[in-house]
This record gives sequence, structure tokens and C-alpha cells, in this order.
Amino acid sequence: MPHRTFFWFFFPSGLAMLLFIGLPIISSFFQSLHIEPEQILMEVEKCDPFGCKTETKVDIEATTKLQEEQPLGRFNGLGTYGDRNHLAFDEIKEAWTNSSSIAEFTDTLLNLPFYKALLFTLTFCFAVTPPVVVLGFIVALSVNTITKSLKGPTIFGVILPMIVTPLIGSLVLFWMIDAKGILGSFIQFLFDDPNLSLKSSSQLTWITLIIYGIWHNTPFAFVVFYAALQTVPQDPIEAAIIDGASRYERVRHIVIPHLYPVATFIILICLMDNFRVLEPIIGFAAEGVAQSLSWMIYNDLRSENKMLFGSAGATSMLTIIGVAILLTPVLIRTWREFRTER
Amino acid sequence: MKKLLIALLFTFVSTSAYAGGHSPCGVTDGSIKILANEFTTYRIFMDEVKSCAGPDADFSVTHSVDHNKLQVAALSANPAEFSAKLVTNGSITTLMNDNLIRPLDDLVAKYGSALQDNQKIVIDGKIYAVAFMANAQHLWYRESILNDLGIAVPSTYEEVIAAAEKIKASGKMANPYAGAFKSGWNLGQEFVNMYLGHGGDFFKAGTAEVSVNNAKGVAALNMLKRLTEVSNPDFLTQDTNAVKEEWESGNVALMHIWNSGAASLLDDEGDQAIKADTRLAPSPSVGGGSKPATTLWWDGFGIATNTSDENAEASFRALLGAATSTEMANANPNATIWLIDGYSPGDTAGPVVDAANRGATPYPSLPYMSLLHGALSTELVEFLQGNESAEKALADVEAAYVAKATEQGFL
Repeated sequence: MPHRTFFWFFFPSGLAMLLFIGLPIISSFFQSLHIEPEQILMEVEKCDPFGCKTETKVDIEATTKLQEEQPLGRFNGLGTYGDRNHLAFDEIKEAWTNSSSIAEFTDTLLNLPFYKALLFTLTFCFAVTPPVVVLGFIVALSVNTITKSLKGPTIFGVILPMIVTPLIGSLVLFWMIDAKGILGSFIQFLFDDPNLSLKSSSQLTWITLIIYGIWHNTPFAFVVFYAALQTVPQDPIEAAIIDGASRYERVRHIVIPHLYPVATFIILICLMDNFRVLEPIIGFAAEGVAQSLSWMIYNDLRSENKMLFGSAGATSMLTIIGVAILLTPVLIRTWREFRTER
Repeated sequence: MKKLLIALLFTFVSTSAYAGGHSPCGVTDGSIKILANEFTTYRIFMDEVKSCAGPDADFSVTHSVDHNKLQVAALSANPAEFSAKLVTNGSITTLMNDNLIRPLDDLVAKYGSALQDNQKIVIDGKIYAVAFMANAQHLWYRESILNDLGIAVPSTYEEVIAAAEKIKASGKMANPYAGAFKSGWNLGQEFVNMYLGHGGDFFKAGTAEVSVNNAKGVAALNMLKRLTEVSNPDFLTQDTNAVKEEWESGNVALMHIWNSGAASLLDDEGDQAIKADTRLAPSPSVGGGSKPATTLWWDGFGIATNTSDENAEASFRALLGAATSTEMANANPNATIWLIDGYSPGDTAGPVVDAANRGATPYPSLPYMSLLHGALSTELVEFLQGNESAEKALADVEAAYVAKATEQGFL
């Protein structure tokens, strides 16, 4: 494709990306450098059904004036990035000097909101992605071998978890694993422990979320693998059959090498998606024990008070940096393969 | 304060509604869009609002338990997503901080002749909201179960735990106690109750500087921990509505939830045997204190600043019609404690009046209280799961509060 044609072909989507992805990122970045203007407080008399008393209230006039002078808020530089709810430099430094052992330091570190969320996000990413790739591949192989008449309904059944809205899917499972739900009571029966509850401990909640993540993401890997399986050349397979290769050997030496680039693509997309995990945390009411970076952003914008745009912006920037770091090894690898193929 | 509430509850002087002034009902112009919490009493109230608005009105209401999380974003937009919001002494401060609800003096002068004075929420000389009900959390118990085991109705949390342990030991119930411990707003509220019950203060007087990491805070947390040990192991996922379901399924013999819960717990749906066995009791005190460990609340409505005057007037009229409807109040006397003129309290009002008499304080209406409540919502979970000490959890609460309050400009 000549460069000129490519340019005009790419232009509309490039423009859309710039407008709807690029500009918002820049605006979030600017917002993350600012915090709310100072709140001016005043004492006023307040009367309600329980009586009158003098109470503190925000002086709306004065605060509005400040807000009009600085619509973005006070400039705080990278201060928000370094505060306790983000990278927490001061707290880490303090923990480093005061901790007597590495274990104590790790404890303090993982108690800080950002690192706690990062730990869950990374655990979720790396626990979900490999099983998704393996399971997706196995399911695709199996579906590929069944008779044509059964294929349609089977494929529909397999991709169902992806079709179900994440929030609904997680809610349905949430009710099923309730101590009195069908899965919850079965597990209690299985382990003969009437007090066992998947929702009560952090570890079990994490495992539940991870299993949900695998369940929800596998269809995506399946769809891509299944499409790629249709492109596997038949000649080498027939040759291998004639040579007496077993089914396993054919998959191992012909199919897998052929699907390798596809697997890289799936890993890339899965890592990226799972790094932004949010819906299952809400659906499983797991905010208490499992917080992700996306959940932190959500919480800054949907808490019981003023929206913390600065804080949310800072977390967004850190998430973007996180995704970039996560994808670098895969991208470098793809780039190298691309070059050697040439 | 006590006198007012008592006077209010036992005033049977009934004046005819809407004597003088313009009649609020039968709205034809403007649209009414209301955001409200989700529980049975609000449904009853909203039915009345709708019928007051009349068949020609453009009326819609959104009930959501996440109303507090939606309100700031929804009312900040201009024009606002909703023309009115049902508020409480807790949620009004967040809206006041950002000037998101408007003064109602003109509208009250025009339509509000049937309002009682204590329904008017006056801040700095202006009416910002109209209250229609009072609420508080208190103890509920199953009479037959307590009688069978010879347990007296607990009046302190220490007795609640002893009673729960006795029920547990008898094998009648595995998890006899329930409270709304869902991580988030509910959990924060449980701490607020317990900390006030221990006589704690959330802030250094007159400042936004937090102080909860003290002996009273630790005692409050330890009491919560002991309560969760006699609760359903899923306690961190149960909000008030989930607790009510547990109650109606007969899994619980003692609980501490809202007085307005009577609207659904004592209605004609569900297991009537459990309903007949359900009793209300005063909120227990704790740690040798005399104050009950609960807070007093009023519920009312505010009108959005960022909506047209036409919509504001329409919404105000419909809501006011319900907030002065003696008929609705007396048709549902047990749904809550209505603040409406001419209302004769039902037999469920006792525990709230008792709480007011024993010195329970209203939920703190401070501009930065919601930030502290937010910090409590997330930072106490690890302690309740046994992964952290009480001191550490409270230190985390303070640190999380300081970071947020700094960003918002309070510190």
C-alpha cells in the first residue's frame, strides 16, 4: 500500500483517536496537576427538626469566587502523584527507615492504597491471562473437531460468558456463591464447614474474582484462536498424518507454531483489558478486599463527596504508565519477530 | 432538641391542610425529576408525590441505594440531571458545599403555609430543604427466641453480644446478630454510631483536623469486631436491605437497623409468624456510657440550583404536597416518624424518641464529614477481617482522610 493511500485510509480513525483518546488524556494530565481551591469556612446558625445550633459551613460566595479565579483549581505540580493515595513517597521513605525487616516494610507498603490496588491488579492480570490463553486454545481445538451440525449452538454456548454484560455476569455469580446460594452451600457441603464463605476472606474473594475473570475472558481467546485455526494449512497436516504423527504431535509441531503470533496478540489484549478490571469488583461487592487501579479512579469520582478530579487524573496517568510498562516486553518481542521475518 | 421532638410526636392538633396560600398539587408546567434513596418509606412518599403532581405532570423518580454517590455529579451538570434530591442531614452538606441546592424561601412563602416550622431546614437564615421524616437506627429482636432462652432485652452492646452468644450456643441460629456492615457507606455508619456511643469526637473542635485514633476509636472498633463475630460471615457484603432479607428469612434474632425498616418488615408480605414475633427496642448504649450508640437523622428534599425556575417550582410543589400530606402520614403511621402536621405516631416510633431523650446526637453536618465517612468506608475492612490492628486501621483512616481533605482544600 502506498504511504499516501495508507495515510488517507488511516486518517479518519487517527483523527477519532486523537479527539476521543489523545485530548482527554492530555486534559486528565493537566487536571492531575491541580487540586481544589481552598475551602473557606464560616460559622452559621443551622436549624433542623432536632433544634438549632451553630455549625461550620463552606462559605459559598467566597469559595465560588476563588473557583472562578482558578477554574482548574490550585496548581499542585506533581504533588498529587506523591501523596499517600498515590505513590506515597513520604510514607515509603518513613517505612523504609522505621521497618526492622523486609516483611514489615512490605506490609506497610501493601497497606498503602495505590500499592494495594496495584498488587491486586497485577495478580489479577497474571493469574487470569495464562489460563485464558490455554483454555481458549483447548476449547477452540475441541470445537474445531465436532460435527458441523453441532458447531453453531456450541459456539454460541461458548461465547456466552463474553456476551453477558460483566456487571450482570458477576452479579449472577455473586448470588450463586452466597453462603445460602447454590454454589455457596455446595462448597460448604463439600468441605463440611457451615461457616465457609467465599465472600468473607480476602484470599477466597480474590480467587473468586480470578475465576470469574477466566470465565469471562476465555471466549475472547476462543474466538480469535478458532478463526486462526481455519487458516492452518491442510497440506502439512495431511503429510504428518501420513508420516504417522499422533494428534498431539500434529498440534504441537504444526498448529501451535502457526498460531503463535495470534497467541501474542491475545496475551497483549488480555493483559491490557485485565489491567483495567473494574466491573467484577463492583458486582461481587469486593471493594473492601480487592481494589484495582480502575476502582480507585471510580471511587474518586463516585464517592459521597465532591469529585476528586486531580486524584482520579493522577491515577489514570499512572494506569497508562502501568499498561505501557506491562506491554513493553510483548511489544519488543513482536517487533523483533517482525524484523527477522523481513 | 428533645422537647421539640417530643412536642412534635405528641401534637395531635390537626389543622386542615393547605389553609391559605396556593395549593401545591396538580402540576402542569415544568418537569419533575427526582433522585432518591431506595427503601420502602421513600416509595410510599414518592407515590404521594406522584399523585400530588397529578396525571398531567412530567414526572420521574430514580430510586438508588447509591444516591449519595450519584448526587454530586448529577446535580453539578448544568442543566442538572435531576430537578430535586431527597436529602438527609448527612447528604445535604455535600450539596451545600458546592452550592448545588437552592434557597427555597420564595417557594415556601408561596406554597408552604401547611409546613410546620421544624420541617424547615434553615441554614444561615435561608431555607435550603424541607424535612418530612425523622429516622434512627435501633435494636430489633425476635421476642419468642429471647423468651425461650430466658434472655432479657439487651440494653447495652455487651448484653447484645452475650445474648447472641447464648442463642448461638443453643443451636437455634448460627449467626444471630445482623447489622449493615457492607464495606462502603454502611460500614462507615456503623463506626460513626459506635464511636459516638463511646463519647468520641471526630474532629478537633472547630477545625477540619481529624482525631479518631484514640482509646474511644479502638474500643468502638473492637466492639464492631465482636458483633461481626456473631454475624453472618458475609457481613461485609450486606447492606440494610440484605439484612432485612436475612431477618425475614428467620436467620437473625437481633439486629440494629433503621426505624423506617418497619415499613417493609411489618407489612403484610413475607412470613407473618416472623412479623408477629418482631419487636423494636431502644438503641443499646456501649462501654458504660449513657448515650445510645446511634445517630438521629431527618430526611427531606432539596431543589437543584442548576435547573430552571419552572422545573424547580414544579418539583417543589409536588414534593411539598407529599411533605404536608397528613393523610399519607396517618395512612402509614408505622412507615417512619413523619414530621407532618396532624400525624399521630404509630407504635414503632418509641425507639427513636427514646434515642433523642437519652442524648443521641444528630449525624454531624460538617462540610468535611463525608470525607471522613469515605475514609472509614474503605479502611476498616482489614481490621474486621483480622488482618490489621485497630490502631493501624484508625491510623490509616486518618491518613486517608488527610490526603483527601488536602486535595479538596479543607486542610
